[in-house]
Amino acid sequence: MTEFEMKLKAAEKAVGLGKLSRRDFIQFVMASGVTLAAAQAMFTRAARAEPKKGGTFKAAVGHGQTTDSLDPATWSNGFTFAWGKSVMGAPLVQISPKNEVIPHVAESFEPSDGAKKWVFKIKKGITFHNGKTLTADDVVATINYHIGPDSKSPAKGVLSNLVSAKADGPDTVVFELSGGNADFPYLVSDYHLAMYPSEGGKIQWEKGIGAGPYILKSFEPGVKMTAERNPNYFGTTYFDAIELLSIIDVAARTNAYLSGEVHFIDRADPKTIDIVKNAPNTSLYNVSGTALYSAPMLVDQAPFDKLEVRQALKWAINRQELVDKILYGYGSAGNDNMLAPSLKYAIQPEPVYTYDPEKAKSLLKKAGMENLKVDLSASDAAFPGGVDAALLMAEQAKAAGIEINVVREPNDSYWDNVWIKKPWCQCYWGGRPTADAFLSISMAADAAWNDTRWKNPRFNELLVAARAETDEAKRQAMYAECQQLVHDDGGQVVLMFNNYVGALSNAIGHGEFNTDFDHDGGFMYERWWMA
Amino acid sequence: MHPVLKTVLQRLGLGLLTLFVVSVMIFASLEMLPGGFAEAILGQGATPETVAAFNHQLGLDRPAALRYFEWIGNVLHGDFGYSYAGAGGSIKKSVSAIIAPRLYNTFFLAIMTAIFAVPLALFLGIMAALHRNSLFDRAVNAATLTTIATPEFFIAYLLMFFFAIQLKWFPSLSTVSEGTSLLEHIYRAALPSITLTLVIVAHMMRMTRAALINLLASPYMEMARLKGVSQRDAIIHHALPNAWAPIATVIAFNLAYLVVGVVVVEVVFVYPGIGQLMVDSVSSRNMPVVQACALIFAATYILLNLSADIVSIVTNPRLLHPK
Repeated sequence: MTEFEMKLKAAEKAVGLGKLSRRDFIQFVMASGVTLAAAQAMFTRAARAEPKKGGTFKAAVGHGQTTDSLDPATWSNGFTFAWGKSVMGAPLVQISPKNEVIPHVAESFEPSDGAKKWVFKIKKGITFHNGKTLTADDVVATINYHIGPDSKSPAKGVLSNLVSAKADGPDTVVFELSGGNADFPYLVSDYHLAMYPSEGGKIQWEKGIGAGPYILKSFEPGVKMTAERNPNYFGTTYFDAIELLSIIDVAARTNAYLSGEVHFIDRADPKTIDIVKNAPNTSLYNVSGTALYSAPMLVDQAPFDKLEVRQALKWAINRQELVDKILYGYGSAGNDNMLAPSLKYAIQPEPVYTYDPEKAKSLLKKAGMENLKVDLSASDAAFPGGVDAALLMAEQAKAAGIEINVVREPNDSYWDNVWIKKPWCQCYWGGRPTADAFLSISMAADAAWNDTRWKNPRFNELLVAARAETDEAKRQAMYAECQQLVHDDGGQVVLMFNNYVGALSNAIGHGEFNTDFDHDGGFMYERWWMA
Repeated sequence: MHPVLKTVLQRLGLGLLTLFVVSVMIFASLEMLPGGFAEAILGQGATPETVAAFNHQLGLDRPAALRYFEWIGNVLHGDFGYSYAGAGGSIKKSVSAIIAPRLYNTFFLAIMTAIFAVPLALFLGIMAALHRNSLFDRAVNAATLTTIATPEFFIAYLLMFFFAIQLKWFPSLSTVSEGTSLLEHIYRAALPSITLTLVIVAHMMRMTRAALINLLASPYMEMARLKGVSQRDAIIHHALPNAWAPIATVIAFNLAYLVVGVVVVEVVFVYPGIGQLMVDSVSSRNMPVVQACALIFAATYILLNLSADIVSIVTNPRLLHPK
């Protein structure tokens, strides 16, 4: 596709969404030499592509296990995560393609007391699939289910600052935090936190009854789920029904797409994606997200306790080559900043870690650590292609006189026995919606997932201060310093940001994609339509 | 006591013992694997508190021996227990409810394949033995050996490519559910069934051929031919009764494979069978489901081997009337 064709397609889509006026569209296409009559015809065609209701959307995803359940506290994979966002569930807020918080079940939210107290107003007249009206009590019960003492929900970690949630009348919920957090509304967009009907303070998730756009029809764990449109949904959705298949094998998934069984597949194989994207009626789903592949070093263990060693290793790795060879170009090189460029407050810290073996050598010389020899624990469980990436890194580091001994770890129980246990290993991070959420969970001194055991006092001080800071400029400056510290001093080697790559049929219409998660941020079921 | 009945009873007794040993071994090996259900489910999200909460809820914080005897006691009462998955809610999923539909699918595919593959293999084997070293014999041998030597996932991909994507005769996905009609089920399971047929025919065909060729060369067959028995009768009445024993053993072996060993084909065609369930359950350490699957698999082997032995005894007069 030429650049003009791409722009034209984008413009047509904007017309379809009503974001581009007739005059602007016609001016744009006439500027490229199209006659007025043709331009008008093009506008009519594009305008007809506006979202419309109907059809059954079929998607196949590369996740799903026979142990999946309807319990929102157990959702953790690509098959289940969107249920809480845009299938059965409706959370308090949604995330827009521009990474902004949009009120959803909540009508509005207001901070007070230095962002330590948040008051959420609940939309009136929302009903669950069983006809029950959604009230503040249901919201409180839902939140308590995840933060309770015996909760096993990953959302417990997300809401670790939340002290209590209390109903104040039928449509107001008051959240008390232990410390100010200006990003609190982002945290409740977590996909586990879909609202469920409650009775006596306990939520009932067993039947999959939520307040979301689709009513669960059938669910076979590890195989398939189907759902039908909720006629009483308080938001907007387009499909009459959805069908979600779990196809773990990437070749089978690709074949399912090519034989027309499904409209969308995620996690396409980058090796064959060029063939898939040339299939008739196909668009590449290629979104640069906030997820990343990293190689964390434990900074309290030798030799990684030496700053020069950490920096030498950072300079000794050719990240662009990793992007080209491991991701086949579907990604971007990391610069030891956990925050993807698309996140608010993200900066590009200087100096950018490019491949510079000479610099690495001189740093090691300074530390008296020439001919450094380190073990790197690698596994494809950390991220697909992990072992290959490690071998490439070992090759690259040779030029700096560093010998990386790649230790292949078993995939099974990698997260128990290797991650945050071996001095240098590999890891992947799914995106988080905000700078605070990401840094707090991965870099804060007391975070359970601080996989570098990096405890920089200045960083931790800034992190807490920035969380409660409501002055945008000051906040921006604080986060910039945080990122610089991680970049300069931290033990995190951010190798690359991987794109979400899939195949999408042109039979499906869509707007701008979310970047926070795959599957249009988990909103594909709600926001896409039959074109 | 009738010798057949005696054998059956003896074997069933030994089978029960085998099942017990299998259950102990499976339980012990799952215990020895690093990580538990909580860690497997929570993955990266496993913090010590959430793992402890999970384990307490499932009773996994109690000693292993106690858990095993509790489980085996329940099994003896016909209760396979509940899956660990979703155990936090008020609606627990019983292992039998999880396994039943998958077991049905697996048996469906196995029987469908067997109905097609076993007669085909016998026919090819007999024909190959009769026309030994002919062009037909060589062609059949070459073709079946090629298909058995090719990895089954590769055969599956080839079939998928030609019949699902190019010709569009069959669906590339074999997802079936409870509401699927019989015809639809057969249609959906066609490609996996053809794949499995290609994988198992060679073994059975070669054994039939070898057994018959051995017998065809024996003196009593020559005698039969000399007294003027037709070729067909010589094979059916004189050669086959002596050949059934090894053939039955191989058929039983392959049928058992169809039930317990087809996980690769299931994954490629997304066919919800029991193999995938077991692999999934092992990787998530879902002990009750793994145990139940293992017992079913072991029982399948025991019963099929028993039937093979019965066939050998019944078809062989010497074994049927021992002195």
